Amino acid sequence: MSGSGQIISLTDVCCVRGGRTLFSGLSFALSSGEAAIVTGPNGVGKSTLLRLICGLFDPGNAGIAVHGGCALSDDRLALDEARSLHSALSFWANADSGDVGGGDVGGGDLDRALEAVGLSHLSEVPVRILSTGQRKRASLARVLASNAPIWLLDEPANGLDGDGLNRLMKAVADHRARGGVAVITSHQPLAIPDAISVQLEPSAS
Amino acid sequence: MILALIRRDTAQAFSSGAALPIMFFLLVATLYPFAIGPDTALLARTGGGVLWVAALLAALLPVDRLVGPDVESGFLDQLTLRGISEESVAAAKLFSHWISFGPPLMIAAMPAAALLKLTPETLLTLEIGLAIGTPGLAALGVLVSALTVGLRSAGALAGLLMLPLAVPMLIFGASSLAGDSDTPLKLLAASSLFLVAITPFAVGSALRGLRG
Repeated sequence: MSGSGQIISLTDVCCVRGGRTLFSGLSFALSSGEAAIVTGPNGVGKSTLLRLICGLFDPGNAGIAVHGGCALSDDRLALDEARSLHSALSFWANADSGDVGGGDVGGGDLDRALEAVGLSHLSEVPVRILSTGQRKRASLARVLASNAPIWLLDEPANGLDGDGLNRLMKAVADHRARGGVAVITSHQPLAIPDAISVQLEPSAS
Repeated sequence: MILALIRRDTAQAFSSGAALPIMFFLLVATLYPFAIGPDTALLARTGGGVLWVAALLAALLPVDRLVGPDVESGFLDQLTLRGISEESVAAAKLFSHWISFGPPLMIAAMPAAALLKLTPETLLTLEIGLAIGTPGLAALGVLVSALTVGLRSAGALAGLLMLPLAVPMLIFGASSLAGDSDTPLKLLAASSLFLVAITPFAVGSALRGLRG
């Protein structure tokens, strides 16, 4: 996470999905500590852009260079509904700490992440009974506990209350202070200082 | 990581109704004598084949829950993000599906054999056949499950896809019970091995295709 090199760089990226060009000619770059806010009308390809960056959607695009691991938070929680929040999250926390060979750091990271999103008191509650906002917070906790340098957050403020929003802002600020980068899509104006604004326009064709 | 995935999948399989296919299997074994009548010789002669058909149908029951929920919840995307190949995921799913279905079925085959008055020799051949054949059936289940993810009426379609593909295993499994030679068991092993070998790769490309 150190160094001043570009962590994400997109050069003249276009996105074709289902035979339709969603956007084209997109270029931006993020260095350590920077964040980008992606805006644009519904269906312009904001979520697809995040999936392009992390490589989940890979139509053979040249021009995308990513250095470091990505953590993705989208509308799908990826937590086992029947398990308790803590045990469902610990599956991913263990997986991520295993990557860096860090032994049991997963446990401490996870507790801190739950604390940071304000869900510590719900850690033994099954995932399936969480509310919309609590699910968003749990999703953020998964990203927090991953220790990945690149955060890709798809509409992270949806369904969050004032407290949740503040915690989100603080998490993103802390992440940037540690040298991480974040790409955030949002319809609501998010008060993220010094964020690069990426406006997606529907392609003319 | 793969071990954690197998542990998670196995725990999930056992907690979300791994008993159902086994109950189904035993129920078929119970119902068959009612339909055929208490002719011991006839039951003993046809019982093994019926148990093979029941095992095949029991393998079909959990197919719609094997892969679909993990695709819809984004679980597989998160695994991919962490650099785990779809093939490894498929192999883990195959193993944990077999664990939750093969050995319990082999245990259930013992009371079922008693209900159908199978001879101890036939039961032994049946158990060997199931030990060889259930990995193939599990592979077929995971394969068909991945191919039908996201389709409406995936469950019914899965049955239509899976049963014809399982015919070779049914033929070799049932004919091994005749006890003339061990050729059917070898052929059963060959078809089972083939399915187990291709499934991770076929499921892997099916899962990648879903992302398009």
